[in-house]
Amino acid sequence: MKVGVLALQGAFREHRETLDALGVEAHELRSPAGLAALDALILPGGESTTIGKLLVTSGLLEPVRERIDDGLPVLGTCAGVILLATHLLDGRHDQPTLDALDVTVRRNGYGTQLQSFEARLDVAGLTGAPFPGVFIRAPVLERAGPGVEVLAEHDGHPVLVRRGPVWGSTFHPELAGDLRVHERFLHQADRQ
Amino acid sequence: MTEDRAGRSVGTARVKRGLAEMLRGGVIMDVVTAEQARIAEDAGAVAVMALERVPADIRRDGGVARMSDPGVIDAIQEAVTVPVMAKCRIGHFAEGQVLEALGVDYVDESEVLTPADEAHHVDKWAFTVPFVCGATNLGEALRRIAEGAAMIRSKGEAGTGNIVEAVRHLRSILGAIRQLTVADEPERFAAAKELRAPVDLVAEVAERGELPVPLFCAGGIATPADAALVMQLGAQAVFVGSGIFKSADPATRAKAIVEATTHYADPAILAKVSRGLGEPMRGEEIATLDVKLAERGW
Repeated sequence: MKVGVLALQGAFREHRETLDALGVEAHELRSPAGLAALDALILPGGESTTIGKLLVTSGLLEPVRERIDDGLPVLGTCAGVILLATHLLDGRHDQPTLDALDVTVRRNGYGTQLQSFEARLDVAGLTGAPFPGVFIRAPVLERAGPGVEVLAEHDGHPVLVRRGPVWGSTFHPELAGDLRVHERFLHQADRQ
Repeated sequence: MTEDRAGRSVGTARVKRGLAEMLRGGVIMDVVTAEQARIAEDAGAVAVMALERVPADIRRDGGVARMSDPGVIDAIQEAVTVPVMAKCRIGHFAEGQVLEALGVDYVDESEVLTPADEAHHVDKWAFTVPFVCGATNLGEALRRIAEGAAMIRSKGEAGTGNIVEAVRHLRSILGAIRQLTVADEPERFAAAKELRAPVDLVAEVAERGELPVPLFCAGGIATPADAALVMQLGAQAVFVGSGIFKSADPATRAKAIVEATTHYADPAILAKVSRGLGEPMRGEEIATLDVKLAERGW
């Protein structure tokens, strides 16, 4: 299995290290070359407005959208879930979206960095201790559309969701030092 | 760390360093007005640094350089959705408190402003807001991390448009880290003494082969190739101060530097984005400077 990590900007290194720890082959994706060979894709945290622009200038936006439409398993974390969302609040008017996950997401929904936080999360299907949730200027999912499965909540809002092969989290599993969310996503992706 | 009613812990080392990790591969741009902040965000800046004057003007005008007027910071926060940083003077923890109260996302305890304390830096552990500090060598970087800095930027020589000092400082920090990775136990103790840095931090760097916090580069970046140079040397993101808004065409140059920072190892893209940018900032020869800002900090 070969998993791409969108490596235009942000915390792509931590995702790659998580994949390394799981023994999964990782590919840093910066151009459309290499996209066809991927079995799954991770969209990392970072600055969503910047990543959005770089998706356009690097010629990746349409090819990535097409592959996701064709069923490529994808996990978007923080800025990544903003890119996947069908509805965006408090974004920039020119922010592109991959339109792949029927949720309404509010950028920086908790406030500034002073409101960034850690919290323990109960994730459906994960056994053992609660998952360490790291929320950095995180978005808030204000609505999850029909068919979107909520796998974890915090303070009344979904923080980990999936619809088919498309997964989104508002927190950063790649910063948690805990492999279970990646493991679960890859397990599902492998069965596709 | 205490939790609130929703089970949240704020201001932890992980969330402070976490924001720096989210800025990796990006460009943080100095801005002095809301209009410049919008141009920076339009160009793809991952964050902006709110200032009253860019370093080139601080250097030219002289006098005491202080924290920005809160009104300037308010206007810039209002204008953009990306993180907003602001600078306090070295050791001026009250300016740090004001910036935290204004809700900035990162405080830069910066040698570009006139130092307020000639012996002590701010105790950055005491804050919820994360701090970035400058460093010219590994010892300085580790002392700042020991004080609670959640990001280090190599200092370079701000306001000169001359990359030579940034390269010197980055090579100094990264070269010293490489030496530590092959040091044995007695050599680590000796290194801690030489570096004037805590021995546990020295041991951590020796084990990891990198700083425990992200290392960015600042001071002298004026072109896309400058950004690519420091990224290839090992910087994880870049700060661009005077290099953008002291150039002939800031919007175009800012976009080009953003693309160069992402595609820093792809010469074909670097060549493409380096075309048609207009005049860069003029730049200064280091030997002609009256004040070397990088020498501030202890």
